Amino acid sequence: MSLTALFNMSFTAVELGLICSLTVLSLFLSYSMLNVCDLSTDGCFTLGAAVGAIVALSGHPYLALPMAMLAGSVSGFVTAFLQTRMGVNSLLAGIVVNTGLYSVNIAIMGGSSLLNMNKTETVFVKMKNFLSTYGLAKYNVMFIGLIAVVIVLIFLSLFLKTKLGLAIRATGNNPSMVKTSSINPVFTTTVGLCISNSFTALSGCLLAQSQKSVSIDIGNGMVTVALASLLIGSTLVRRGSSAKKGVACVIGAIIFRITYMLALRLKMPAYMLKLVSSVIVVLAISLPYIKSKYPEFKRRMNHNKEIKNA
Amino acid sequence: MLELKNISKTFNSGTPDEKKALNHFNLSVKDGDFITIIGSNGAGKSTLFNMIAGTFLTDEGSIILDGKDITFMKEHLRSKKIGRLFQDPMLGTCPDLTIEENMALAYLQSKNRPLLSRLTKSDREEIRNRLALLDMGLEDRMSSPIGLLSGGQRQALTLLMATLAKPELLLLDEHTAALDPATADKVLELTKKIVEEDKITTLMITHNMKQALELGNRTLMMKDGRVVFDCEGEERKSYTVDDLLKKFRENSGEELDNDRIILSDYFFLK
Repeated sequence: MSLTALFNMSFTAVELGLICSLTVLSLFLSYSMLNVCDLSTDGCFTLGAAVGAIVALSGHPYLALPMAMLAGSVSGFVTAFLQTRMGVNSLLAGIVVNTGLYSVNIAIMGGSSLLNMNKTETVFVKMKNFLSTYGLAKYNVMFIGLIAVVIVLIFLSLFLKTKLGLAIRATGNNPSMVKTSSINPVFTTTVGLCISNSFTALSGCLLAQSQKSVSIDIGNGMVTVALASLLIGSTLVRRGSSAKKGVACVIGAIIFRITYMLALRLKMPAYMLKLVSSVIVVLAISLPYIKSKYPEFKRRMNHNKEIKNA
Repeated sequence: MLELKNISKTFNSGTPDEKKALNHFNLSVKDGDFITIIGSNGAGKSTLFNMIAGTFLTDEGSIILDGKDITFMKEHLRSKKIGRLFQDPMLGTCPDLTIEENMALAYLQSKNRPLLSRLTKSDREEIRNRLALLDMGLEDRMSSPIGLLSGGQRQALTLLMATLAKPELLLLDEHTAALDPATADKVLELTKKIVEEDKITTLMITHNMKQALELGNRTLMMKDGRVVFDCEGEERKSYTVDDLLKKFRENSGEELDNDRIILSDYFFLK
């Protein structure tokens, strides 16, 4: 393979990594901070893509982004409402919302499971036109991805230090402390999930616009892919400020995409993506556990050997 | 200050495990009181605190704090007025947040700052000064995660956080029992100092009878969800641990059976 081809592929991988890292940052807030595994992520990703596409198709490319985020936070609100007010287990709440969103998404897309935006004015087209005057037209996706990621990162690093941000982190870190320190866990969980889901939806919206199409399965498996990226990122930065950990999430997402791209070059079929991401998630979560159990295992083996020899 | 009127609480009602934790319990606490509470196993001491703090609601009766009926007030709203420490030092702080972040959370809340406010430079200075009062060197470790601290340090921090804004009521549930003796003494000294300086109305559960008599101005002994002995003032000053045990036996018809008390220094010294 030529070096330029490799470069071009890495370039696409980084673009994709940047856009999808918004979902990783969303899970960083819900999974790492709030300690809620939000399984509505897949549906919410598609929701953002669908809402963004419909608004862009109606001729409002810029409005598409906030509208997608708004839709995402409504979905987050429903998930939070189910688990804080209706007594639904948090995993189940995510699954239920995810399932419901499938119908909602098709309804938003006007009953079809595929929308085409080939001739639609999107933020990427706008950016391309703007950049072409400087001869940088092909960097449009990279630019928008970077801008979105930087804004979300700055927001998160500031927000997580505010009273509300700290309260959200406390809710996930020590529920028993929260009760005795006048934090309302219902409120913090709701706000946290609204914010995180708005990032997921933004991520979906940007991916759809950059691909110029939305299909109903655009978000399938997104939660596992994002978790894999998150866990890759968290092995890079174990300690440090939230800002550092946030940057690590973005790097994790890019590493994941580049690794995946390389695997494709090694003739791995494209449909293996989901299996690979599942394996990464399992490994990242279970390796530390297996490592902690290993001394015990070793001692038992030695013990059995000694008994046999005696 | 705090009025508990006719409070009852039954667990596992209607089953063979039915347990009347509190039985028509009445208590009147005056402003500035420091009440120590001792009692047998399952006397309802912790249930009493859970009722006051709102962890669960009462079956009957009402709770009045500072003239306001708080019987049905939500726990997180009550905790604006009520500070609480548990025996387990891990319960009061967030292990993954740094010392500064934990203190910031309590500080911003105590000052009633808006939701999106952050620490200013002068806030940070103030937090440093408060931490220095603990005399544990924590003011120089503000960016360490709390998980790296010892139980005693965490409990001292929890105490500091609970009293950053003067609470109307402080509930201490054997808050030094899980610490080693030297650290326990230090945390207790600190408690005494903060409670006296800020004149905080305090209820403290303890298993140390000597401590129960030495600290505060009133002592309650509980058994089976009611008060069997209550003393304060001059009368209380004249009491020894033996007197307390005798009073308990006279009023309840039984020996005081609390594993912790039986295992504590007093019985070993005897």
